[in-house]
Amino acid sequence: MELKHTRQGYVDALLEMAKEKPNLVVLDSDVAKATKTVDFEAAYPDRFFNCGVQEQNMLSAAAGLALEGFLPFATTFGVFATCRAGDQMRNSIAYPKLNVKIAATHCGITTGGDGASHQSVEDIAIARSFPNMTVLVPGDYEESKQATKAAANYHGPVYLRFGRDVYPVVKEIHGEFEIGKAKLLRKGTDITIITTGIMVSEGMAAADTLEEEGYSVRLLHFPTIKPLDSKAIIAAARETNGIVTAEEHSIIGGLGEAVAGVTAESHPCRVIKVGVMDTFGESGQKDELMDKYGLRAKNILEAARKILEQNATVVKSIDS
Amino acid sequence: MLDKSKLDSLQKSALEIRREIVTMVHRANSGHVGGSLGATELVVALYYHIMKHRPNDPKWEDRDRFILSKGHCTPVIYAALADCGYFPKEDLKTFRRPGSHLQGHPAQHKTPGVDAPTGTLGLGISTGVGMALGAKLKKQKHYYYILCGDGEIQEGQVWEAAMFANKYKLDNIIGFVDRNYLQTDGNSEDVMPLDPLRPKWESFGWRVYEIDGNDLNQIIDTVEKAKTEKGKPVMIIAKTVKGKGVSFMENVASWHGTPPGKEDFDKAIKELSHGT
Repeated sequence: MELKHTRQGYVDALLEMAKEKPNLVVLDSDVAKATKTVDFEAAYPDRFFNCGVQEQNMLSAAAGLALEGFLPFATTFGVFATCRAGDQMRNSIAYPKLNVKIAATHCGITTGGDGASHQSVEDIAIARSFPNMTVLVPGDYEESKQATKAAANYHGPVYLRFGRDVYPVVKEIHGEFEIGKAKLLRKGTDITIITTGIMVSEGMAAADTLEEEGYSVRLLHFPTIKPLDSKAIIAAARETNGIVTAEEHSIIGGLGEAVAGVTAESHPCRVIKVGVMDTFGESGQKDELMDKYGLRAKNILEAARKILEQNATVVKSIDS
Repeated sequence: MLDKSKLDSLQKSALEIRREIVTMVHRANSGHVGGSLGATELVVALYYHIMKHRPNDPKWEDRDRFILSKGHCTPVIYAALADCGYFPKEDLKTFRRPGSHLQGHPAQHKTPGVDAPTGTLGLGISTGVGMALGAKLKKQKHYYYILCGDGEIQEGQVWEAAMFANKYKLDNIIGFVDRNYLQTDGNSEDVMPLDPLRPKWESFGWRVYEIDGNDLNQIIDTVEKAKTEKGKPVMIIAKTVKGKGVSFMENVASWHGTPPGKEDFDKAIKELSHGT
């Protein structure tokens, strides 16, 4: 299995677009080596601005650059973008709907060794709660490139979420990327698994197992959390027996609650959320943390079995 | 120095704007009257004399920009923008009402003539340094006039912006600290001391001037000097009287965010009818 950095996908996309978009500029806040924007700095030193350790000023200054017609990508770690500079994200960028792209790396629990202070597990919840904000959560290197390019071609505020570690390359998600559109990876009728971000590979592994057991699994991948593809969710709620969501994020305010919000209003069905429970993380390696915090195919499987078993009981009681 | 007729004309505009400020806040029964009255000369000097701007073309690329970083003082800006012709004076009656383009705090995407979104303190100067950098990249020659409150500069973000302006040598920024020594909860030196203020800005790499911010001649002369500065942003510490022009509001912290009732409104308008 090939493993690559999602944040490298971000910067490679910037480099590919830089020539055709002369107004594209990149800001970073003293984490350029970590976010990989050093590559952009090396290629376009006049279009790169290191703001030092000032995430708040960076986001407001990015708003200022957007007001002057630039296409700024403000880059920092997710925990700083949404928590440290949440006010600037809201009032300088989202409210006036400025054309600023907030690129957040080191998101989720797989940030690893830095521990809870740096593991943003609530950034999706914060970002999606701001009106006017588009939220993109790509799943691998290639999809990170797609998301970055889509963000650049869309006029308005976008929050882009990337990880720190290397993550599996998943060829199945490399089809056309459209903001607001889910990617249907497998058609199925017994149960739906909805993934976002790096959880796509775990979702696929869970689907493989279920299929081996004879179930028909619908696998949907959501690289866009907002605007949410509610059509795909409602169809899944109608046409399958329930939904398992999987995200490398808190179960509060993320993909799972967004999906459950749609089904509750439009077509109630069982939705089980796989994600980080209402807890902070801790230091550790990516794989250790994904095991410990329940972000594995086996956790998706457990959730899926609950739905499938419940359905079997219902079917049985109807038959008798 | 302005000639007498020009000075008379600007003072007349200032008086009219003060009447509008008190009227807007009284009518809305909401808004910030004290800081707006205190900053009136700064705004009048800028919009009626210093700045290149076109009310009939608010997005004119080469205009000087104004950023109200102390975003709560919208009444003084809205009164000036309306008087300059950015929108009908009739609109001032809708200040802070549902459906109005005149929000309590500046909404750049709603109000013609408002150049930057501000509101929570510190955002304005920080957005301003980004805009000023943008103008430098485009090799444009206009200026960014940024008005900060003195209470506002207690925000850490202001000093982040100050460092940024120094790093990128943003000599197209002419900032003001509206130094009235009063903030919501009282005297700034009690709430969170700011003095000595001049060396703070100087040590952040800014050229600093100190003036009487209610004196039109001083404001205009100092901005002229500031424009000759090369390679450094400028901060003008403008000492003002909060509530200026209405005797019972002058230097009283409680007029920061309290709207005048009917009786105080009548008294204020009477004082503002015959000039200062």
